[in-house]
Order: sequence, then C-alpha cells, then structure tokens
Amino acid sequence: MSEKTFRLEVITPDRVTLADDDVVSVVAPGAEGYLGVLANHAPMMASLGIGKLNYRRVNGETGVMALGGGFLEVYDNTASILAECAEPAENIDIARAEESKKRAKQRLAAGGHDIDVPRAEAALKRAINRLKIAKQP
Amino acid sequence: MASTKDIRRRIRVVKNIEKITSAMKMVAAAKLRKAQERAEAVRPYADKMRAVMGNLSASVGEIDHPLLQVREVQNAAYVIIGADRGLAGSYNANVMHKAINDIEGRDAESVKLVLIGSKAISFFRRRRYEIAAEFDPPGSDVTFADIREVTRKTRAMFESGEVDAVYLVYARFVTAMRQDPTVVQLLPMSAPAEDPDSARADYIFEPKADVMLGTLLPRYVDTQLYQAFVESQASEHGARMTAMTAATKNAGEMIDNLTLQYNKARQAAITTEIMEIVSGAEALN
Repeated sequence: MSEKTFRLEVITPDRVTLADDDVVSVVAPGAEGYLGVLANHAPMMASLGIGKLNYRRVNGETGVMALGGGFLEVYDNTASILAECAEPAENIDIARAEESKKRAKQRLAAGGHDIDVPRAEAALKRAINRLKIAKQP
Repeated sequence: MASTKDIRRRIRVVKNIEKITSAMKMVAAAKLRKAQERAEAVRPYADKMRAVMGNLSASVGEIDHPLLQVREVQNAAYVIIGADRGLAGSYNANVMHKAINDIEGRDAESVKLVLIGSKAISFFRRRRYEIAAEFDPPGSDVTFADIREVTRKTRAMFESGEVDAVYLVYARFVTAMRQDPTVVQLLPMSAPAEDPDSARADYIFEPKADVMLGTLLPRYVDTQLYQAFVESQASEHGARMTAMTAATKNAGEMIDNLTLQYNKARQAAITTEIMEIVSGAEALN
C-alpha cells in the first residue's frame, strides 16, 4: 500500500519557496518544540520558531530547510508554512551566513542603547541555524 | 523666420532629449517587469496571511490587543510612500495630493508624518506639518527586513499613544498605465474580517489562539506595509514608463516639425539666392 500524501507549501514574502503535492511527513520547528505532521492531520495552527524544517516525499526524497520563524497552518490535507525566510539547505550561502553571524555578534557585544537587542539576537540565532543546517551532511 | 542654423541646433537638442527619454523608458520597462513580478510574489503570502488571520479571529472571538485598540482619533500619523526620483509623470504629485487632501481635514498640529522617499520629504518640508521620521525608499531589492524600521517606528507611535491612528498613503498598482493613489488605515487594525466559512474547523492551536494572534498581528502589519512598498515601486516604474513613452513620442513629433521648418527655411534661402542672381544678371542686360 502506498503511503498517504499531502500538500506542503512554504511561502515567504518574496516568493513561494516550495509547493509539493507528494509529501508524506513534515517535521517543523514549533515555537514550543518540534512537531510532526502526517497526512490527514487534524486542522492545526502553530507558531514556528527558528529551526530546521524536514520533509519527506513519497518517493523517498527528503528535504531540509532553514526556517526563520513563521507559522504553520494545517487544513484539509494541506500544510502551509508562512515563513519570514526559508532557505533550502543546499542553497545556503555559508560565507554569507558566517558574515551575518559575525555582524550580529559584534552588534550584541558593542551594546549601547541604540541597538535593538531582541532583533540582534534573532539575527544571530538565524545565522547560527543556517550554518548548522548547511553543514549537516 | 529662424535661420537654418538655429533650427539645426534645435533639432540636435531635441534629438538628444529623445535619446535620453527613450533610454529611460527602456530602463523603466525592465524595472517595471521586475517590480511587477515582486508585487505578484507577495500576494500568496499576503492572501494566506489574511485567511489565517480571519480564521484565528473567528476562533478567538473578542480580541484585546494593543494594535487593535480603537481610540478616538485626535492625533494621526500618515505614512507616505513617494519616490526618490522625479521624471515619473504625475506619480509623486498624485500621491502627495491624495495625502494633502486627507490631511487638510485635520488640525495641522495633530498630524505627524512618516515620509519615505526624497520627493515626499522635500514636498512636506515646505509645509507646516510635523515630520516624525524620514526614510530612504528601499531599493529595488527591498526585503522584509528593510521595512522593519518603518513598521517599528509607526507601531511605537501608536502603542505609546502618541497617535491614535496610522494611515498609509501609496500608489496602488493597477496596470502599467494606471496607478491609484490610495489611503488605507494601517492602525488600529480593523479586526480581520471573519471568513464566512472559517468556522469550518476546530483548529488545534499551539500556542493558544490569543497568544498566536498576538504574535501574528504585528507581522500582519509588516506584511501590509511590505505589500504597499512593493506595489508603489511597481507604480513608480509604470508611471515613469508611461511618462517617458509620451515624452519620446512628443520629441519625435517635435523633430518632424522642426525638420519641416528647416526644409522650408532652406528652400526659402535658395529661392532668395536664385532671385538675387537672376535679378543681378537681368540688370547687366
């Protein structure tokens, strides 16, 4: 018996990063811990944090993406992820990520009143996340 | 009648202008296509966002959130998106006049402006309104992060009670030929319209619906502003393209007219010359 599939969409403000009808499972970085979605999941909405999105297609292919926060809606066998940024692991520019990690660190270290600490922290987290995912085999 | 030399000079000048306008037209057309693609790329995100918001608010019911707080409007902020460059036909003027029309109904002291683009800034500097912030328009590769500064500023103004409403003025992109300057209320957000079939499912929320709505609302504001940015960029290039097409056409017509004039002048000069020679020869007889 073939596995049940559902549709996965990853949408960012600048484009539809992924739209795939033959997905069997998704693991997304929920704000309160990773959560898994299979076909025929109950309707759900969840906030997503910064982390790794894993999905597996019916033909066995898997995909990994770096997510930079957003949220997930599951309805009618469609999982839609609205993310502020989403990068497939193979597209991550390591040099750029290193660069932004360094920049965020400098900003945090410099301190002062005119910096937005939560924002710099989030930038740092996103950069570290991208690096972690890119470097995984 | 102007001398042939003058006319020739004018033709050369107009030809130069024509070269420039037609180059600008080409550039604007290329940029327009890119901007249009971007404007279309935001749409799925924005639409989905709206749908989700509708679902959420249907599930939460009465919502209490600082961004939704409706107060009596005494002070208002206007976010006005203009361009950095002119030569885009009436693009800037249209947006500014739309804004002025709306602002004039209020007390000058109660209005605070958040201006984007040097054309907007120079237009309002000469007027008596208070400018709360000025921003450069983000380039053609505007990202979500770029507009954060703007949303943060406007949100802070609203949340601190400095203003009771925030309006956004920008040119909505309809077609390359048509841009509609529009005013929309950014804050307080009108509670997202409940989707009629949103009661369709009992969602599982993680975290709780009201917490989620709290995190989503600011992002919704960001999205709206981002969309406005991208659209106004497409509008600007559209307006410039239309203006430059017209300018190129006018220059072409002008060259035709001048060429005609030049030929007439030349012919008249030749006729006079012949007349002189003939009458000179005649006198010798």
